Amino acid sequence: MAEDEKDGVNRRGALECMLWAGTGVLWTVSGGVPRSSMLGISEANAAASGFTFLQISDSHIGFNKPANPNVLATLDEAIVKIGALPQKPAFMIHTGDITHLSKPAEFDDADQAIGKAKLQTFYVPGEHDIIDEQQGKAYLERYGKRVQAKGTGWYSFDQNGVHFVGLVNVADLKGGGMGSLGTEQLAWLADDLKGKSASTPVVLFAHIPLWTVSADWGWGTEDSTQALGLVKRFGSVTVLNGHIHQVMQKVEGAVTFHTARSTAFPQPAPGTAPSPGPMKVPDDKLRSVLGIASVVVKPGTQPLAITDNALGAG
Amino acid sequence: MSINSLLIRAFLAGGTASCVIFAAIALPGEARVTIDNFSFKLPVLTIHAGTTVSWENDDDIAHTVVATDGTFRSAALDSEDKFSFTFDKPGTFDYFCSLHPRMQGQIVVTP
Repeated sequence: MAEDEKDGVNRRGALECMLWAGTGVLWTVSGGVPRSSMLGISEANAAASGFTFLQISDSHIGFNKPANPNVLATLDEAIVKIGALPQKPAFMIHTGDITHLSKPAEFDDADQAIGKAKLQTFYVPGEHDIIDEQQGKAYLERYGKRVQAKGTGWYSFDQNGVHFVGLVNVADLKGGGMGSLGTEQLAWLADDLKGKSASTPVVLFAHIPLWTVSADWGWGTEDSTQALGLVKRFGSVTVLNGHIHQVMQKVEGAVTFHTARSTAFPQPAPGTAPSPGPMKVPDDKLRSVLGIASVVVKPGTQPLAITDNALGAG
Repeated sequence: MSINSLLIRAFLAGGTASCVIFAAIALPGEARVTIDNFSFKLPVLTIHAGTTVSWENDDDIAHTVVATDGTFRSAALDSEDKFSFTFDKPGTFDYFCSLHPRMQGQIVVTP
């Protein structure tokens, strides 16, 4: 029985991934199981299989406080790294907080920097992207229209047999609560997944984690259980989030949850600081904090091994 | 003591008194809530109707001040930005930060 369980994990989730989390995560979909790679180190592994895509997050263009006075520079560095990949990723996803204050100039700067990657980029909004006067109109006009987004910006698309769903859990939040998807979006999700066979690999991406990382800090989504209930029948589900500016990963059955780091500044681990505000580290340490994290799940190993590796001088 | 000096004393005393009265009236007209470490300092603030409350963001990250019932809603407040609202009517107003909804506060307005 123990052997069976091991086999089950092997088949579904045997995921050997190296996360290069500071500026981007390279995902490879191979046999329906997305794998992530450490940029600059294991491109060879990535290149050996199907198609790849990238995740960047929390670029916070417009932020200029001591934790990182030049967030455009670190975003640029991330894009340069991505451009240097030997195998061009199929596309990129940005899991929100593109800007810091939803200002047009911030969106312009972000677009210009990210555009240098010359990759189709799929966005979901972070809470910082919808604080314009009309609460998200600027975001929707810029990023929602081109993917025929519904509601506050949710949509789905298919790529090489993988079903990708961009969800919005930052709109119309209620006092005292955490992230929220809302009934309209959940109904849409149920309908969107209805025609998909259980063997279709599903990737859900949203800004705030779809699992509760820290209730005290609001790092979770009130109604994520309902969304996860809708993907329960699928054999491979990967949930990609940002928001918390650090790598967290867990596997629950066939579902792998992962949060990417920010390209802008780190935030403290839950419980290690009085508040989740931007974490100031010495200047020469910034890129090392934004550096590499390796997450390895080896066959037969139940817990994930997460290792943070310094990017070096960066 | 001459009448004149008494009058002057009375005037001075009256002047001082009116200053005190002025101050007593002016103080309840304004109140301040600072935002620090992802929390509203003075989570519950009781004021008289007509008082203007100003919030100032002392954090390194943006926050907002949004009434649960929609009575008021600030723009995004970057560090050191302020937002003010005058409470004309008595009542209890719950508010929160729409970016970090775990941050909550309450203004109690008495007549």
